Amino acid sequence: MTETSTQTRSVVVEREIAHAPEKIWRALTQPHLMAEWLMKTNFEPTAGQRFDFTADWGSVACQVLAIEPHTTLSYKWDAMGLESVVTWTLTPSAKGTHLRMEQAGFRPDQQQAYQGAQYGWPKFFDGMEQLLARVD
Amino acid sequence: MPNAQDLLFKTLADPTRRTIFERLCREGELTVGGLTAQAGVSQPAVSKHLGVLKQAGLVQDRQEGRQTHYSARPGALSPLLDWTRQMAGFWENRFDDLEDLLKRMDQ
Repeated sequence: MTETSTQTRSVVVEREIAHAPEKIWRALTQPHLMAEWLMKTNFEPTAGQRFDFTADWGSVACQVLAIEPHTTLSYKWDAMGLESVVTWTLTPSAKGTHLRMEQAGFRPDQQQAYQGAQYGWPKFFDGMEQLLARVD
Repeated sequence: MPNAQDLLFKTLADPTRRTIFERLCREGELTVGGLTAQAGVSQPAVSKHLGVLKQAGLVQDRQEGRQTHYSARPGALSPLLDWTRQMAGFWENRFDDLEDLLKRMDQ
């Protein structure tokens, strides 16, 4: 599932997973497991902690924003000059766990995060989308 | 993640460069002189920004006599506007790999 909006530009992926939240939590927070499905990382499960994901195409600078064992994990995800926030939510379900990932960025209220950008990406994207609609 | 997108983000991360690009989008073809008049930076700086924009495919130039005219290529932005779709694809694939890993893991 994907939700898009010019205001927030968030990506949401949700899935019912036939495993317990505790087990999924390990895969989300233990670096040797994270490396197997996401990317190599020096993640540490402490709020405020900075860490990186690295892949052959580059790296992602991150910082733990919130961590609630087996329930919620969110971190800043800064790649290619754009800051976003990735939030994982685990909810126990009949099948196992409802796992939700939201990557949100470009919010008008996050403009301060775009260092050096006085103009703000949201306005830019909105303008460009209007422009492209006219061009086509 | 594709290099084209990386290059676009980097190119447009500079506010002066973005302003130049936006002016070309809005006002059509302009010369370096015309752009410098409102850019708030020197002509060599504007030329340098135009060079970077050209390298990213965002502007094209046309020589007319001694003047070079620059115009925007907004179509070059499409990889950027696809960001949401591409990230959704990225995460869908990661979810698949996560599920594979969970099957292999001990309880």
